Amino acid sequence: MSEFWNWWVILITVVNVLGCWALLYWTRRMKDSGDENETTGHVYDGIEEYNNPLPKWWLNMFNICLVFSVVYLILYPGLGNFAGVLGWTQQGQHAEEVADAKAIYAPLFAKYASVPIEELSKVKQATQMGKRIFVNTCFGCHGSDARGNKGYPDLTDKDWLYGKDAAALEQSILNGRSGMMPAYEEVFDAAQIDGLVQYVGQLSGNQVNEQQADIGKALYNQQCYVCHGVDGKGNVALGAPNLTDNIWLYGGSSTTIAETIRKGRNGIMPAHKEILGKEKSHLVAAYVYSLSDK
Amino acid sequence: MSDTQALTYNYKVVKQFSIMTVVWGIVGMLVGVIIAAQLFFPDLTYGIEYLTYGRLRPLHTNAVIFAFGGSALMATSLYVVQRTCQAPLISNGLAAFVFWGWQLIIVLAAVTLPLGITGGKEYAELEWPIDILIAVVWVAYAILFFGTIIKRKTSHIYVANWFYGAFIITVAVLHIVNSAAVPVTLTKSYSAYGGAIDAMVQWWYGHNAVGFFLTAGFLGMMYYFIPKQAERPVYSYRLSIVHFWALIATYMWAGPHHLQYTALPDWAQSLGMVFSLILLAPSWGGMINGIMTLSGAWHKLRTDPILKFLIVSLSFYGMSTFEGPMMAIKTVNALSHYTDWTIGHVHSGALGWVAFVTIGAMYYLIPKLYGMKDMYSTNLINIHFWVSTIGVVLYIAAMWIAGVMQGMMWRAVNADGTLTYSFIESVTTTYPFYAIRLVGGALFFAGMLIMAYNTIKTIQQSPAKAA
Repeated sequence: MSEFWNWWVILITVVNVLGCWALLYWTRRMKDSGDENETTGHVYDGIEEYNNPLPKWWLNMFNICLVFSVVYLILYPGLGNFAGVLGWTQQGQHAEEVADAKAIYAPLFAKYASVPIEELSKVKQATQMGKRIFVNTCFGCHGSDARGNKGYPDLTDKDWLYGKDAAALEQSILNGRSGMMPAYEEVFDAAQIDGLVQYVGQLSGNQVNEQQADIGKALYNQQCYVCHGVDGKGNVALGAPNLTDNIWLYGGSSTTIAETIRKGRNGIMPAHKEILGKEKSHLVAAYVYSLSDK
Repeated sequence: MSDTQALTYNYKVVKQFSIMTVVWGIVGMLVGVIIAAQLFFPDLTYGIEYLTYGRLRPLHTNAVIFAFGGSALMATSLYVVQRTCQAPLISNGLAAFVFWGWQLIIVLAAVTLPLGITGGKEYAELEWPIDILIAVVWVAYAILFFGTIIKRKTSHIYVANWFYGAFIITVAVLHIVNSAAVPVTLTKSYSAYGGAIDAMVQWWYGHNAVGFFLTAGFLGMMYYFIPKQAERPVYSYRLSIVHFWALIATYMWAGPHHLQYTALPDWAQSLGMVFSLILLAPSWGGMINGIMTLSGAWHKLRTDPILKFLIVSLSFYGMSTFEGPMMAIKTVNALSHYTDWTIGHVHSGALGWVAFVTIGAMYYLIPKLYGMKDMYSTNLINIHFWVSTIGVVLYIAAMWIAGVMQGMMWRAVNADGTLTYSFIESVTTTYPFYAIRLVGGALFFAGMLIMAYNTIKTIQQSPAKAA
């Protein structure tokens, strides 16, 4: 802060602390009510006032608080730009605590860093560490039980958008994913979208209107097959969902499927390279990998 | 005080505000019970946007602080200032304007907050048109109060009026500075400040709302009703001088303790912490002066439930003004911040101190306003006392345990440095305490219903009414 504000802060702080002492000093010199029943002589609506001296223990407490504050403001930042004798800052405290933690925990994580995920997913200590990171980092979207939510994949089933492949899984965590389904409401009319909904239902083996599904199939083979494949089994390279397994990322009702086709979807998995770092991401990957093996 | 003189006092506005104190107390606490229930039964009002927790919570805080507390402060300050200055209010028209203006503000708050119209600042959620109305009514209230003090027939100004005066002036400054905003539409505005400065202004306001609205104002109430009810002189005039000046000077600094370990610069955090600590002494000065006023009249506590309310309020005041400075210490704050401990602390102040002293003062005041010696039933006051005492204790004990537990769970780490508990585990562990809190809150609310019944019966028996 500028010199002006520096001195402003110092001045009003000092005046306030000294002012408290001045108050105590001044009132101690006031005349005691000599006799216990003597009042100040003021009467307000029948209320009188004694003028008892300030209780000793209370005065001591007041003084201790003031002395503590003066000492604290000498040791720690507070008086404007004066950094305090100890040179403490909250950033410094944070950096120190992080460094201490790293020194203790880094070897634990380093131990598993080079173990392949497939193997690590069978090491109980490693998956437990991964789980604890998961429930405090990933729970917001995937849930504490990893069962996912609308738009956020269930990680406990056998369905893998990017394939059950350890390297792909680690990629998803480190660099994130962006699952983009384009909007088709400008491309298809309502009847065509209805047809597609029926066909997509049929792919998962649901009861549908065959006639409409045929219309849908024709359209599917013009447009949708590019990502979801001719057989509807999706494409793990793109993260395009398998449409034949009756597992639905956004929901499998006709209304929801229609909405997905009309409006498109934008699923984002954020990159965790900076948030967790490589070693923790590796352990989370091992934990998530282990979930599908059950 | 002769009766002829008493007749010239404006008791109408005092009556109006006293009745509304009971009414808004019930409304505000009912909303509190509802949101406490929502925390235990999350689906209670599912699907009704107007009744979501996020909209009802500011309604609860605004209703209990500004509607219940505000009406109580206006009722008692306008009564005390007339009685202790031996002067009627300077204008009955202005008094009526203050009453109806304040009620209009409360109704506007009760409509806009559930509609989701909010400025987003805690305890200052109301949008800019209402903020302007508050400023206008508040200035009218200040003119009414200080105008009456100027016209006083006593040579000195009684200590209760110092506190009421400090409360009125400071709240005006706090409200106007913190509510400064750029309007976009009639129902939307953006704060005039940005970033950490906005946060600092908000908590400078926020903590001084506690310091001046909920402390200085109610100390004014305490300084009149305790000596009156105890029929004893105030313990120490000089103690009131010291703790008054030290309190109002020091409270001004306390705000940054709400922002420990945040983007607020270190120096501001430190100043917030040390002045919060110093504040312990002036706060306790008020408690000592109140409790010691009773020396020589302790036996009255056995038979007088009004005095019980007043003295227990000071005990809670002493307890929460000890707890507050402790929670302002950085290391303690690192544990207590963001937990239910804060909620417990606030309610030991708001229920234990503010509501108790208000209830005691109202039980003294209401019969006098209606020309009676006592309330309809002293026994019901006694029941009210015990029901609400048990309620407060259950409430704050549950929140203390829950808060410390949450703080400990959130920071617990395993041998590998990972967090021991997920957030949801701390929520499920808190569940039983949310149930206890709900019971405590419901008891306190039940006490207010007993008070309402007693008040109605008292007014019905009023000789003025019969005549």
